Amino acid sequence: METVLEQPTSTETLKFVMVGHVDHGKSTLVGRLLHETGFIPESKISHVKKVCEDQGKGFEFAFLLDALEEERDQGITIDVSQMFFKTKKRSYVVIDAPGHKEFLKNMISGASNADVAFLMIDAEEGIQEQTKRHAYILSLLGIKQIAIVVNKMDLVNYSEEVFNTTKDIYTKYLSTINVTPRTFIPISAYHGDNVTTRSEKMPWYKGQSILEILDNFSSNDDRSKAFFRFPVQDVYKFDKRRIIAGRVEAGAISVGDEILFLPSGKATKIKTIERWHPATGQLVSKTVVAGESTGFTMAEQIFVERGDIGCIVSQKPIVSDHFQANIFWMGNKHLEKGGRYLLKIATQEVECVVESILKVINSSTLEEISKNAHEVAKNEVAEIILSTKKPIAFDTYDEIPETGRFVLVSDHDVRGGGIILKNVEHYSAI
Amino acid sequence: MDYLDKLENQSIFILREAHKKFKKLAMLWSIGKDSNVLLWLARKAFFGHMPLPLVHIDTSYKIPEMIEFRDRYAKEWNLNLIVGQNKKALEEGMNYTKGRINCCTALKTTGLQQIMEQYDYKGLILGIRRDEESTRAKERYFSPRDKNFEWDFKDQPPELWDQFKTNFDENTHIRIHPLLHWTEINVWEYIKRENIPVVSLYFSKNGKRYRSLGCAPCTFPIDSPASNVDEIIAELKLGKTSERAGRAQDQEDTYAMQKLRTKGYM
Repeated sequence: METVLEQPTSTETLKFVMVGHVDHGKSTLVGRLLHETGFIPESKISHVKKVCEDQGKGFEFAFLLDALEEERDQGITIDVSQMFFKTKKRSYVVIDAPGHKEFLKNMISGASNADVAFLMIDAEEGIQEQTKRHAYILSLLGIKQIAIVVNKMDLVNYSEEVFNTTKDIYTKYLSTINVTPRTFIPISAYHGDNVTTRSEKMPWYKGQSILEILDNFSSNDDRSKAFFRFPVQDVYKFDKRRIIAGRVEAGAISVGDEILFLPSGKATKIKTIERWHPATGQLVSKTVVAGESTGFTMAEQIFVERGDIGCIVSQKPIVSDHFQANIFWMGNKHLEKGGRYLLKIATQEVECVVESILKVINSSTLEEISKNAHEVAKNEVAEIILSTKKPIAFDTYDEIPETGRFVLVSDHDVRGGGIILKNVEHYSAI
Repeated sequence: MDYLDKLENQSIFILREAHKKFKKLAMLWSIGKDSNVLLWLARKAFFGHMPLPLVHIDTSYKIPEMIEFRDRYAKEWNLNLIVGQNKKALEEGMNYTKGRINCCTALKTTGLQQIMEQYDYKGLILGIRRDEESTRAKERYFSPRDKNFEWDFKDQPPELWDQFKTNFDENTHIRIHPLLHWTEINVWEYIKRENIPVVSLYFSKNGKRYRSLGCAPCTFPIDSPASNVDEIIAELKLGKTSERAGRAQDQEDTYAMQKLRTKGYM
């Protein structure tokens, strides 16, 4: 196939994740997208051709991503790959997530980095366990722009009826978790139907190809209008300057503005915004916005430390030692009521206790497994109340996602993730 | 913020997390373009200072210009440079004719392991990128290695919302990859914007230039007229060969990089 490397008109980058049940064709679609947009070097194509010949197979687009020997032998994706390509419109990072239940934590690692998602369903096999679970996880991760891809249409004779049935059943499921998909697209990733160009084999489909839909997703990630949040990463004293370093997670701030640090409660004005640039010396900027890793010197030498969150006094986060949250559990050992974990939220780290497990939900069937439970098993979702050893600063996830989401660590590894639903002011054990 | 600012801000965030969380931390300096960008980003992260030691693993087969560049900037930028070399393997005559995977493992991986043990480093910052090759496309920003230096690619820890693996067992170490999300073109665009010095081997002489730098016997220049950064960027935008095509060890075996990297290769 003739390929032309696109040079986008914009320099923005959109990150999208490919999710869905195992074997429904995610890696094949990503491989085809990369190939048809011309972003696979010839040397890699010939390398994969040789591997496929050695295995006695036709060309496997998935092998362009599934690079590990074990992945190719078993035909599954074990861990997330991130690849790059461009269209006329912009640059993309494509995150290919594994569809096997065992690798859900890898799917979550990949999806948590994405702006938008494609969720894939095999037209022949229909909706499966991970088809549902992945949609639910996407909703928990706050990914709102989702398109549903019905793949392997070639195996059902490009039938409009099969497509519509799948669409109806799945739309019903998605409405129960408050997910409204952007669109449904019938494709054959293996044959390239409706991937980069519209297919003649499905004249009944009047919608767009995968690539067109991708270009139509919006990438509005400007967080500079939100309330100002500056989690302190570190305090540096490399020279005579005492610099409070961190990343502005939301909002914007300028020299002369007063910052209140919580939970410590200290406040003072910004004297300078520091930046090293050898060509121009110390370049002076007057304002920093969300996404910038920066550093401040302050008018007064107040004591702040890692974990404090800088804010503006009229737009304070919550300071509390109890909150209610939705969590998803990835650990092999169950999350236990009364169990102690390390809570990491923005740059704060604090020991916490699971006070109560209000309800546990099977993340695929959405069936409520139990109320007032004692544990949460791997791949389950739960609503819990956590108490922290000392008060921390946070927001609800709906208000400010960057300071409203957290992870739970035990035995050195992240075992769970969660989003804060609300502060719990007067908690008493039930 | 444009896209280079976004890449830069994310890398600086990661470098500061590493610096805060690891008392025994070093940065690997291969003298290639990526590790020069990494060093530059560190100086930005730490407001003009480089508080971390730089480790260079000298296989003794490096191209001479690389060593000259290293020594010049180590002095000019006042860097704490630590050079490691697997002297025992070299005395026993290790070279690429003994098998490239064996040679890389002995002179690079084991050479690095020796330095890590000698200085007891628990964190090592490296300039690898996801678009370089397929096993690196699966990497985490904070990636654990066990006591035998091995990478368990089948069971990597979750990494979400920039909460990284900064808790670990005493006898393991963490590889930190602040450039993971950059592409080769991004690196050159940033070199241009920031005017970062790079080894002259990247620029065309007599119709050939190096696209990726390594040991002299296993690294080959590509045909290219690109003699400055702008021409390199233009060339890469049209390019259809892979960056590491000139690195012989990658082609030694279908799963060469998986085999090397599982054992602790960069």
